[in-house]
Amino acid sequence: MASYSTNEFKRGLKVMLDGDPCTIIENEFVKPGKGQAFNRTRLRNLKTGRVWEKTFKSGESLEAADVLDVDMQYLYSDGEFWYFMDPNSFEQVGASESSVSDAKNWLKEQDVCVVTLWNGEPISVTPPNHVTLQVTETDPGVRGDTATGATKPATLETGAVVQVPLFVDVGDLLKVDTRSGEYISRAKE
Amino acid sequence: MNESPWQPAAGLDLLRLRAKLLTRIRDFFAERDVLEVETPLLSHAGLPTPQLESFAVHPVSRPEAVPAYLHTSPEFPMKRLLAAGSGSIYQICRVFRADERGRRHNPEFTLLEWYRVGFDAAALMDELELLLQRLFGQLPPVQRLSYREAFLQYAGIDGLDDAIAPLQRVLAEHAVPVPEAMPADDPDPWRDLLLTQVIEPRLPPAVFLYDYPASQAALARVRPGSPPVAERFELYLDGVEIANGFHELSDAVEQRRRFEAGNAARVSQGLAPVPLDEHLLAALDQGLPDCAGVAVGLDRLLMRAAGVDEIDAVLAFPWGRA
Repeated sequence: MASYSTNEFKRGLKVMLDGDPCTIIENEFVKPGKGQAFNRTRLRNLKTGRVWEKTFKSGESLEAADVLDVDMQYLYSDGEFWYFMDPNSFEQVGASESSVSDAKNWLKEQDVCVVTLWNGEPISVTPPNHVTLQVTETDPGVRGDTATGATKPATLETGAVVQVPLFVDVGDLLKVDTRSGEYISRAKE
Repeated sequence: MNESPWQPAAGLDLLRLRAKLLTRIRDFFAERDVLEVETPLLSHAGLPTPQLESFAVHPVSRPEAVPAYLHTSPEFPMKRLLAAGSGSIYQICRVFRADERGRRHNPEFTLLEWYRVGFDAAALMDELELLLQRLFGQLPPVQRLSYREAFLQYAGIDGLDDAIAPLQRVLAEHAVPVPEAMPADDPDPWRDLLLTQVIEPRLPPAVFLYDYPASQAALARVRPGSPPVAERFELYLDGVEIANGFHELSDAVEQRRRFEAGNAARVSQGLAPVPLDEHLLAALDQGLPDCAGVAVGLDRLLMRAAGVDEIDAVLAFPWGRA
């Protein structure tokens, strides 16, 4: 099995820690001039999303995690699993609710997501940064009011609720930033 | 995105600031009659400590050839000059430390190293403080804390005590994550962890730490006492280690013993031993004048002068672009 020594640690490296795949989100090398060197790292557990702070003695190594990010098309959900298809191999995988996590608020059929596979199993799903979704429920729109900056909640076709300007109506298509969950603009079909 | 980054990382203003600092340093030593010298970067001998890893080099066509070593500091040949009667000397040169890469580390960096005949550690701290004032204009007086005082003040324990349990307790109190591979019988890695994670961030803006544990003497004299201490000091500015100085060990027998212990530690850690510097040992045997020496990380001084926190910002071509 491949492994990475502390001097190969960098942001984005996928490693195994306590049996779980993790990604390094921060790595700092600290060393007293004549003493023991350490790597102070923060890692995100890719299964649970939990962030760990760890310190390693320089020269230690961690097993590489057999993790692969694949662009896959979202197909549908049966309520228990969320199904994705590799557009090249047509292979399908079913992701559990915990691995889909917050992404499920933004999943629209046909959209291409990044599915993180560990040993072939999906462990996390990252939706596109921007998605276009239809409004299914909101208070009636107020015409002409585009400048005050006042907002109201709107429910989208995926069930997500976002704050939108007052002029937005049921049936409108909205462009939303999935990272912040914020309304960006109205969109055309 | 993946274009070759041929441009310098440091802005041209920082390259000019670097040149200005170098000029001021040379003026400072010229006024004091300290001689500028040059010694080889490449040596037949290595540095036998497990904590510093050298680059070994050989001709491209002969990977099996006996390697030479890029120096991690110029101290061995400079001491040979001192033993030959050079009087006080300084050098500004590139040094090389394998595997040291981070926000404040580059595997190749610039050291200012100087030796003062007849000085002890306290006198050399005074002179380094004068140099800092010259470089920075205004600098508040540099505080002086013994290693023991620093541990007492910022960790509430005696840093010279060899017991590991109190170090572990304080690390736990400060929620410092501890590596799994820490030794059960050597307090020094534990001290280093506490120093870097708990004490350094709490240090005054400008401070000398001095009188290190005897087990961390490196090339410093050890002053007898209970416990004995290494006559070694370090300068910290804003919690960042800038300089490391010694009242220099001049005992050839003790030096050989430390070299051999270093190589033994390397072997026990699975590292290759390195050839000892017999030239240095012969020079010490002949007689090193009583002197103190200090190595100053010039890139880090420049970082402070420029108010930046990353070494890459002051290097024309850091490791990623070298």
